[in-house]
Amino acid sequence: MGNVLALAALLEGRRVWRGHAAPVPAGEQPTGWPALDAALPGGGWPTAALTEILLPADGVGELQLVLPTLARHTQAGRAVMVIAPPYVPCVPGWEARGVVMSRVDVVSAEPRDALWAAEQCLRSGSCAAVLAWPEHADDRALRRLQVAADTGKALALVFRDRRHAAQASPAALRLELETQPALQVRVRKCRGGNAPAQPVPLNPDGW
Amino acid sequence: MLWACLLLPHLALDGVLRRRPASDTPLVLVSGSAQARTLFAVNAAARAAGLYRGQRLTAAQALLGQFDVVAYDAEASARWHRLLAAWAYRYSANVVLLPHAIVLEVSKSLGLFGPWPRFEARLREDLAALGFRHRIAMAPTAQAAYVLAGVHDGLAVSTDDTLQQALAAVALRHARLPGDAASALAAMGIRTLGQLLRLPRNGLQRRFGVGLLEYLDRLTGAGPELMKEYRPPDTLDLRMEWTHEIEHVEPLMFPLRRLVGDLAAYLAGRDGGVQRFVIELEHRDAPPTRVVVGLLGAEREAALLFDCARGRLERQQLPQPVVAMRLLARELPPFVPAGRDLFDTAPAHAMPLEQLRERLRARLGERAIAQWRRTIDPRPEHAQTTAVQASAPTGIDTLPRPTWLLDRPTPLRGPAPTILAGPERLETGWWDGGDLRRDYYVVRTRAGQRAWVYCAPGESGHWMLHGWFA
Repeated sequence: MGNVLALAALLEGRRVWRGHAAPVPAGEQPTGWPALDAALPGGGWPTAALTEILLPADGVGELQLVLPTLARHTQAGRAVMVIAPPYVPCVPGWEARGVVMSRVDVVSAEPRDALWAAEQCLRSGSCAAVLAWPEHADDRALRRLQVAADTGKALALVFRDRRHAAQASPAALRLELETQPALQVRVRKCRGGNAPAQPVPLNPDGW
Repeated sequence: MLWACLLLPHLALDGVLRRRPASDTPLVLVSGSAQARTLFAVNAAARAAGLYRGQRLTAAQALLGQFDVVAYDAEASARWHRLLAAWAYRYSANVVLLPHAIVLEVSKSLGLFGPWPRFEARLREDLAALGFRHRIAMAPTAQAAYVLAGVHDGLAVSTDDTLQQALAAVALRHARLPGDAASALAAMGIRTLGQLLRLPRNGLQRRFGVGLLEYLDRLTGAGPELMKEYRPPDTLDLRMEWTHEIEHVEPLMFPLRRLVGDLAAYLAGRDGGVQRFVIELEHRDAPPTRVVVGLLGAEREAALLFDCARGRLERQQLPQPVVAMRLLARELPPFVPAGRDLFDTAPAHAMPLEQLRERLRARLGERAIAQWRRTIDPRPEHAQTTAVQASAPTGIDTLPRPTWLLDRPTPLRGPAPTILAGPERLETGWWDGGDLRRDYYVVRTRAGQRAWVYCAPGESGHWMLHGWFA
């Protein structure tokens, strides 16, 4: 045994599944949605790991889900990279959510280079969060992103179409957004715990 | 005053050797007319084979079958000399060029760069990294440091008394006396500087003129030293050529690393940075290929500059083999190092954000990274920009805006949406001909998307999609 691991650290790291519900520790990366934080085993985003967000269509509220996190990081002076977004970020809309836009770099890249750019940003260790839209990414590409996120201790958020839900994914957390009957988040997979059976409702501002 | 002398005995040869990969092939520099070519300098392998400086090239070819011959270029040698002066300028504001040597005033630098042994080690380390063999000595006068460096590598003399002792032992032929005084004095039985300094001054003046006495005064510090100080130039132009042709980009990395390293050394000496430089790849009979390396901010880190230049060079198509590479830097803005937090929470191996940005730009293109900011224009198409100069307005309250914006509005297809909010009329733009008159609504589509759409005033229908409340 050259490499002794403390049992407590192993359990707290949620790498071992214990079969019964463990008390929820305070999350290091709260999502900004208290109901969702309570449902996730880590009390928020998995730190230094890949999170996959599955969408039925663009514009259903996927940014509402992550903007509180981006606001928290940019206000703390950390950098956020947005790699090859499908549309142009609208500054007033983001700023209304508290995001400091001078900390947000929007990278435009071809689909082939976008994965490379995302991996570079994650691996660099200087970004707090990296948003990416890998359209044709396979299992291997996502695994690379997962490893890069672990290396650079960054939050990797990838947005994909709902039809990828059936495929296996190396992501530590998979969320699916549903619009019927109202906007809600269904946890498809989460490392270190059972996925909650019921979807978590999100009620974005007003409408 | 304390002067350090960096004597560069093999300046011309090192300048040639440093731009070739290390090898054991004998190499000589030749000079002189085509009929009487003589060896100007020889490397270690050639010397071991019996070649020496001043030998006729034909004699050398009789001794050794195979060796590389490079023509001696006095201009190139002078360029290396100036480059090293620019490097030395980082350690002292008083830098003087002497033949085959650089002299710098170090009494004030010692406070900054540590006591002399540490400072000397630092100078040697830098020179070794740049690829120049050297001898270093320190003395209270520049001329004495110059003489002592030729006699005893590593000698450091800091007081006038020890200087007298050190100089007394120097043989006259090493004393760099002006004119032919050395041979005349040797004929008179004077062998060392000590003997010369003890001779009566007026007798010396009668025989050798006032020049020798002035030289001796400069040597011992009794007279004023008048030297032309080096001033670094405002632009940098480095060039490297090779005898063979390079057809692929990959082998260009070695000369590129050297050139960019020289640029970084120069910038550090000048305490400046570079924001834009040009690499010219010269071909035998075609106009040179220009590769422009533009950076987001002023930088001077050698690794970062090399990373950026490599990224741009790798994407370059070579129309013809390359015979020379040139680096031109005209804009050298002041360099401000990025502030770092002492208790930085980023991981220890983190790559700085600037370097990450440069790496992305090197591969994805100059305009690949943008930061969006607001403008004062209310029209959605002009309400935000990536321009750097734009002044950010504050305190403008608008109705809710979407989080995604479409580049250009498209018709909203599908069944009729539900209106959630609106209308908000935007009617403006008379000042630049970009008039628009639209009623904006927030709607929910059948699929559950929330969209920002507009239509002509008074209508409802023919929705144009302009954004998503994602």
